[in-house]
Amino acid sequence: MLEVKALTKRFSGLVAVDQASLSVAKGSITGLIGPNGAGKTTLFAMVAGFLQPDGGSVSYDGRDITALAPHVRARQGIARTFQIVQPFEGLNVQENIAVGAYLHTPDAGEAMRQAAEIARRVGLGADLAKASSDLTVAGRKRLEVARALATRPRLLLLDEVLAGLNPSEIRDVLPLVREIRDQGVTILMIEHIMQAVMNLCDKVYVLSQGRMIAEGEPRAVCEDPQVIEAYLGHGAAERLRAEQAHA
Amino acid sequence: MTRPRLATLAIIVVALGVIAFALSGALLNLMIFMMIIALAAQGWNILGGYAGLSSFGHAAFFGAGAYAMAVLQTRFGVNAWVALVIGIALGALVGAFIGFLSFRSGLKGSYFALITLAFAEVARIVANSTNFTGGAAGILLKLQNGLPYLQFADRRYFLLIALGFVAIGLVVSWWLEHSRFGAYLVALRENEQAAQALGVDVFAVKMKAIAISGALTAAAGCLYAQNYLFIDANVAFGSWISIEALFAAIVGGSGTVLGPLIGAIVLLGLGELTKGLSHGIPGMDLMVFGVILVLSVAFSPNGLVMLMKSLGLRAPAKEREA
Repeated sequence: MLEVKALTKRFSGLVAVDQASLSVAKGSITGLIGPNGAGKTTLFAMVAGFLQPDGGSVSYDGRDITALAPHVRARQGIARTFQIVQPFEGLNVQENIAVGAYLHTPDAGEAMRQAAEIARRVGLGADLAKASSDLTVAGRKRLEVARALATRPRLLLLDEVLAGLNPSEIRDVLPLVREIRDQGVTILMIEHIMQAVMNLCDKVYVLSQGRMIAEGEPRAVCEDPQVIEAYLGHGAAERLRAEQAHA
Repeated sequence: MTRPRLATLAIIVVALGVIAFALSGALLNLMIFMMIIALAAQGWNILGGYAGLSSFGHAAFFGAGAYAMAVLQTRFGVNAWVALVIGIALGALVGAFIGFLSFRSGLKGSYFALITLAFAEVARIVANSTNFTGGAAGILLKLQNGLPYLQFADRRYFLLIALGFVAIGLVVSWWLEHSRFGAYLVALRENEQAAQALGVDVFAVKMKAIAISGALTAAAGCLYAQNYLFIDANVAFGSWISIEALFAAIVGGSGTVLGPLIGAIVLLGLGELTKGLSHGIPGMDLMVFGVILVLSVAFSPNGLVMLMKSLGLRAPAKEREA
């Protein structure tokens, strides 16, 4: 459904993303992991259209969308959440979500009704009239997801929706992500929390220093020496293997 | 957000109309001026209040309307009503022009404010030095009473027309708070990137906003020219009107339906009062302006509308729509 080919982004000399490729199958949950500063969010921004790549292409549903503006991609069914939540502060929860719903209806009443329904789906049903700034961190993350869902996406890009949540909140959100997929939305997610990646993802890509260093099933990827070294440093894989052999 | 109902707005407009018919002389003139400023402020409020794109140069639109009105009538013999329509359209066009140039390059915040100020100043200097616009001497409109000339011996009728425009401004603002377009404006004010991610074409939305804003403020300029029958570059394109428009909207409550109207009435009312009390010490009303602005920012940064609400002067919460 989504095909990223040899995407490259340079920020004045620093190569943030270097020839990274990935593909997301329709109906899957695909994970994108990697150490801090690997370029995951930059890659996301290029997929969603917020940054123009210096090389490579993004195609969606078989069409090249590399040059399209973010709002055009949103209309074609690509929605994203932001790693640093970006609610519309002056609007309440329901109005926030309605902005997304307006993509498919010009009618205010209908948009607000849809917004209420989606709020219930993500567990914000009781907070409709709350100012978005009064929400807890977990609430704001849910609001990000709700707003994106309101645009009725076919491909949802989740940028660390679990970061900053406590373990019980994470347990609450995991089924939500799965439920969204089960309703026919393909998901590409950046995530640091391995419990979530292991639990949710059908396939995982690992980005390190801008390069895609591994891909495959979550369990296999976690045992990949290159991945272990990317996270833990040079020689870590060998040491771990040695320790395991001793034990 | 306070969201008055349409019925509330209708009552306010009718009440102002009734007051108008009780007035005469200087008070009537003051109220006409209040309506003109309110209309200019309503225009500012669409862009600066709802869309969060504060302009320091709404004089560009006000002047476009005023000069269209004056030039078309005196030079081309165009009917006043036709000139009014053209003037409003010209305001929208000037808005689109300034908008296209500034939004293309992504200007916002203080940069946008400065660029609008620059456009208004350029217009002022050009109008002041071109013969076509009457140069520094300005343009005097012919006194011709009668409905076709949009001039009335009984000035209360002119007040009603100005009030009609203010009513249109109220309805436009009311519509903003109940429509997709308005929601998009507020969304891009609060967070442009997030709005884009939700499929909002921010450039198109900003363009529409500045066109509507320019049209409303140009209408105020048209009425000004028609009411005082004289304009020159400093009146039509002077920064005084840019300041009055944004003062009235901010003091009244920017991004609210009633804010600009309330702000214009309070500001000009107090200004007139101090002029009277100070026996015409020059600049006294400007000092009051400054004091009000400081006080309103200190005690009610969201404007008088919100202040009234928090003081309980408004009917208890009925406004929230599900």
